[in-house]
Amino acid sequence: MGRYILERLVGGVITVWFIATATFFAMHAVPGDPLMNEKAATPEIRANLAKQYGLDRPLPEQYVIFLGNMARGDFGISFTQQNRKVNDIIRDHFPVSALLGVLAIGIAAAGGIVWGAITALYRNRLPDVVIMSLVILCISVPSFVFAALGQLALVNVNQWFGVSVLPVAGWGTLAHMLMPALVLGLGTMALLTRLMRSSMLDVINEDYVRTAKAKGLSKTRIFTHHQLRNAILPVVTVLGPQVAAITTGGFVVEMIFAIPGLGRYFVQAVQQLDYTVIMGTTVFYGAFLVFMVIVVDILYGFIDPRVRLK
Amino acid sequence: MTSLKLSAEDFAPAPPASDAERIARPSLSYWEDAWQRLKQNTRALISLYIVIALAAFTLIGPLLWTIDPSQQDLNQISQAPGLPKSAVLVEDRSAWSAPIDERHPEAPSGYPDTLPSVTNLRVDGEPTTHYVRLVWSPVQDAGGYAVYRNNTAPEGMFNLGLPLSTLTAGNITGYEDRLNLNSETYYYSIVTTDGFDEFDSVQTIEVTPTQSIRVSEAISRGLIGAEDANPGDRVTLSFHPFGTDYLGRDMLARLMEGARVSLFIGLVAPLIYVLIGIIYGGFAGYFGGRFDQVLMRFADFVVALPFLLFMILFKIAFGIGPGENGIFPMLLALILLLWPATARLVRGQVLQIREQGYIEAARLLGASPSYIIFRHILPNTVGVILVTLTFAVPSAIFTEAFLSFIGMGVAPPTPSWGSMCNEGVKTMLSHPHELFFPALFISITVLAFNLLGDGLSEALDSRMRARS
Repeated sequence: MGRYILERLVGGVITVWFIATATFFAMHAVPGDPLMNEKAATPEIRANLAKQYGLDRPLPEQYVIFLGNMARGDFGISFTQQNRKVNDIIRDHFPVSALLGVLAIGIAAAGGIVWGAITALYRNRLPDVVIMSLVILCISVPSFVFAALGQLALVNVNQWFGVSVLPVAGWGTLAHMLMPALVLGLGTMALLTRLMRSSMLDVINEDYVRTAKAKGLSKTRIFTHHQLRNAILPVVTVLGPQVAAITTGGFVVEMIFAIPGLGRYFVQAVQQLDYTVIMGTTVFYGAFLVFMVIVVDILYGFIDPRVRLK
Repeated sequence: MTSLKLSAEDFAPAPPASDAERIARPSLSYWEDAWQRLKQNTRALISLYIVIALAAFTLIGPLLWTIDPSQQDLNQISQAPGLPKSAVLVEDRSAWSAPIDERHPEAPSGYPDTLPSVTNLRVDGEPTTHYVRLVWSPVQDAGGYAVYRNNTAPEGMFNLGLPLSTLTAGNITGYEDRLNLNSETYYYSIVTTDGFDEFDSVQTIEVTPTQSIRVSEAISRGLIGAEDANPGDRVTLSFHPFGTDYLGRDMLARLMEGARVSLFIGLVAPLIYVLIGIIYGGFAGYFGGRFDQVLMRFADFVVALPFLLFMILFKIAFGIGPGENGIFPMLLALILLLWPATARLVRGQVLQIREQGYIEAARLLGASPSYIIFRHILPNTVGVILVTLTFAVPSAIFTEAFLSFIGMGVAPPTPSWGSMCNEGVKTMLSHPHELFFPALFISITVLAFNLLGDGLSEALDSRMRARS
């Protein structure tokens, strides 16, 4: 177990290094540099700035310096927002994105498991047909359309009641988070519902379920202790990669609902070619996602005693 | 010992004794069987027809609907979908000066405390979307008039709306409004002033301008000939069945043009990266061992890259020069990031099939490796690959739409469904059709490919074969 975790962690570190390297060279392949936007910079000022940021050194040297700083957890200072450390940007804005993502995943997982179980229990009957049609719809409509429609719905609801039931945009209270999180989680919820339904249908006629029935267990106990517990396992495995999809998919929702998350900073940084912010956000996100997957894999071993981690 | 007399006939196969061994139905090949099962799946079949219809919409559509998608119809900006509209011809820009009533003084002699509102307020000529000409009878001793316009009815002196103009002569008896008029009801209010301050006296009139078009513009658009240009006539404006966008461009033509971009990226990117994945995964699976491990470890790294972040980064890195539309960088970025999924899948399949008994049998019978690969391994992976391909199309279309939506995708003016959504969101409240149609097309396409993928994976699943 300990050895397994150690191996996975070493693999994770190597992956993060790969991500950092790929980002570094992809970013430097973009024509131009972060100093192009400096207003009326004379060549001398430009040269001084380049020197200060270390842009005058050859690329391999910059890469080595960057790796050294990254190992110490220092991503440097933003080019466009002077005097603001990249670490501070991440510290200020990542919690917002993370909170939104956690909420969305929570809604998606809870919804997916409940709807999936219901559709499997009512297979080919009205609840199944209705829910599965909605699921197909949710998979087929892009998230930004849902975000726009969700906001439109809020506007109309607020107008209808004459008071602000839920705020249309912004961030701060739980009321601000509900709609964006729901919209963000909808696609994942649909995916999880499908997965839960099929895994529930696999489980429903297993031998151990028949045994439980023969033992005379109540339907609810069979459902909670035998069917649900076994059917949930495949759902947990996809949660890791889905965290990735949701945190990055948050860009659009953050844009539409004016949420001060990290996604917006990344898009802005890429547009302005803000080297340090690009590196910081990408490496941070990458590391976050890589280790989320590892955590989910390890958790899986705890949930399913049949899986032996070696 | 009698010797048997054997002739050649004795060695001929015996005729079948009964009909028992005759194959009752014609034998079906794998593909015929799959096609039969796909045909029984109504949802998949409908999806297939939708995909064919979309292809026709994209390829044949522009031949039938020949309107230029970048042409602006300034008379019909953000027009909702509907039947063709007609408009009144108005003469080219002509000067209209407000009539001056010479019997009244231009400026008041004193400063009266109160004055009545103007009387006899009416519209001169027909109100059109090019101009609304208001005339009224002047007020004795007035120093001027203020003109307001609103979309809702004012309540007395309140809610007068947009201040259009302040006229500073008491004997001006008219005003021409040319400011951004649409074919909807307006409420014009004329407030009497002493030249500086407004009195509490207002006269309001309700005006609904008719849609109009200038003669020269109608001729240049080919709506009328140069000889029969009579102002006041009605002409039929160009038809926009799906309405127009915020720049007056035809939505249907743009949807067709956008379909080219979206479907091109959605089909070509998966085709290429699935092909790369097949080659990569096939090599890794066929050679196995250390070579396989190294290749797959690299694929794992690529999978670990945060997808959307790298999509954006790569798209910028491959650059958009002036005049380019950014389709190629997006294609390249998609291919670079998405091939490992197929590679893993194909490798797994190849590893599995390699150990099958029939491969061993073929090898024992002396089949060459190339025969085994092309005759046995590849045909057995084609089903899985086809299903992957079908599911890859929606995700590529989504990615394109997402990137174009956040403004990192196809560069304007090239339309794609995603960038049309991006533009539509801005006018979502007032003109919902500009968001609705591109979103609908994305959804239908994704839905069709998803259902088709479901149907294909069921039909091609050899475990389901010949159940009937």
